[in-house]
Amino acid sequence: MPNLTRTEVLTDAQTHYCPGCGHGIIHRLVAEVIDELGIREKTIGTAPVGCAVLLYDYFNCDIIECAHGRPPAVATGMKRVQPDKIVFTYQGDGDLAAIGTSETIHAANRGENITVIFVNNAIYGMTGGQMAPTTLTGMFSTTSQDGRGEHGEGPPLKVCELLSSLEGVCYLERTAVSTPKDVISAKRAIKKAFQNQIDGKGFSLVEVLSMCPTDWKLSTAKAVDFVNNEMKTAFPLGVYVDRS
Amino acid sequence: MAEAAVQAGCRFFAGYPITPQNEVPEYMSKRMPQVGGVFVQAESEIAAINMIFGASAAGARCMTSSSSPGVSLKQEGISYIAAAELPCLIANMQRGGPGLGNIRASQADYFQAVKGGGHGDYRLIVLAPASLQELYNLTMNAFDWADYYRNPVMILGDGILGQMAEPVEILPYEPILELPEKDFVLDGCKGRKPRVVKTLILKPADGLIAHNEHLQEKYKRIESELSLCEEYQTTDAEIVIAAYGITARIAKGAVRMARAKGIAAGLIRPITLWPFPNEPFISAAKTASQMLVVEMSHGQFIEDVKLAVNGQCPVEFLGKGGGWYPTEEIILEKIESMAAASATAVKGKL
Repeated sequence: MPNLTRTEVLTDAQTHYCPGCGHGIIHRLVAEVIDELGIREKTIGTAPVGCAVLLYDYFNCDIIECAHGRPPAVATGMKRVQPDKIVFTYQGDGDLAAIGTSETIHAANRGENITVIFVNNAIYGMTGGQMAPTTLTGMFSTTSQDGRGEHGEGPPLKVCELLSSLEGVCYLERTAVSTPKDVISAKRAIKKAFQNQIDGKGFSLVEVLSMCPTDWKLSTAKAVDFVNNEMKTAFPLGVYVDRS
Repeated sequence: MAEAAVQAGCRFFAGYPITPQNEVPEYMSKRMPQVGGVFVQAESEIAAINMIFGASAAGARCMTSSSSPGVSLKQEGISYIAAAELPCLIANMQRGGPGLGNIRASQADYFQAVKGGGHGDYRLIVLAPASLQELYNLTMNAFDWADYYRNPVMILGDGILGQMAEPVEILPYEPILELPEKDFVLDGCKGRKPRVVKTLILKPADGLIAHNEHLQEKYKRIESELSLCEEYQTTDAEIVIAAYGITARIAKGAVRMARAKGIAAGLIRPITLWPFPNEPFISAAKTASQMLVVEMSHGQFIEDVKLAVNGQCPVEFLGKGGGWYPTEEIILEKIESMAAASATAVKGKL
């Protein structure tokens, strides 16, 4: 039976996310997992710079807001000082795969015992639709107006594939929230990523392909189609590393 | 400095290799595990300062050290730490700049340390030791001031202090202040409401403007409570030298040599660069006929001296950047020429 009650972790703040945005679903999944594992009172989240910066408005647990791209470094300091606490980062594609690429790769390679929730919606949302490191080839953004790849932007950066070469990583999986089946699968992956940390197994990252109808300039229904038809082709779902 | 930090209870160190301060992370990499602490060699200066941000918010006494180009990279994190009012210690063993510069001693990061460096209106407590014993002692005090004021503290040293060897008495740590409880620490919300450490404050009037006013009030309080300075032979001094750090130690030798030659020289050596000790300069400007600022840069510290002196006394300058350092003889020569010019001027008046 699906859980239809409120989680203890999410506050009742009114959402600031746009209609059709995937963040609300992903927040809910993370909250359900924290609830089910009974770890709210020992969990510390790190908020990124980007649409999810206001994470602390929604999550009823300790949160530290970081500079753009720095959550894996901040989480490293946090977790090393308090190894008995559960530390997760929640980051978008610009945060994790552009300005914070270095922090991501090295935290992963050190095998930091943290959980990373990586929301990939292929666009800079908060700043108004600029090209992200994960923007698809040919895709319009306000800084790739002829489509990505026409003026030396290079192809999209594939985080799970990139990190899968690192021996220090425990668990990498790419999921989505564009169909009910995907949502269930994403929750299973997120739960596993938290359980790995509880078990002291090391760096776990769950990438979640997510919708951004506003900056994609698509209806909410067409944004779901875009994830299912375009993004899943460029970013195949699945488990990339599992050493748990 | 590293051992003083350990004695003071520092249990988290993150850093990145850069000359001339590598001895600090090297020492910490061995020492931290011995005392149950954590050493992380970060992938970058930016990561190192952000690890400090996390470790401080988690309640640890923590520090990072670097040298000029590395400290430039840390400025983003320093601004966030100051904005979030988290305690930590940052050491800068300054080297020649700008750019990659060189690895000789320098004092050209004065503006960066004292006036800002990162974005926004914030202040660091900045300490300038002139000997390794003082570096040891100030390092222990720095952790207390950081915790007491909930503010990052910077030790502004240089490549000479970073590389020299001299005897140091390893003193046990004793707190110099009654420290407040760390009620900001993120350690899970068991039995309390969740806490947030953040620096984004979107609302202006009752938000970011109020937060800035709160910070400024704290800085005013620090200015009124914390100011350290050494005065040497200033009571009857005609020519007062102003210098800090290792330069002041060299200048002290020059003062002795000048006195031996019958020139009434003295020295004011600020130990806190922020808050800047204005009072000794105000007093000296009334009694001395001239001042001389000596620094290993093309003139940064001199601006604060001139602000304190406020036109009440002429201020001469001796300094260069790029790895230049003054000898006692160079400073003495300058003192002698100032004394001679002064005598000529007096004769002219007669």
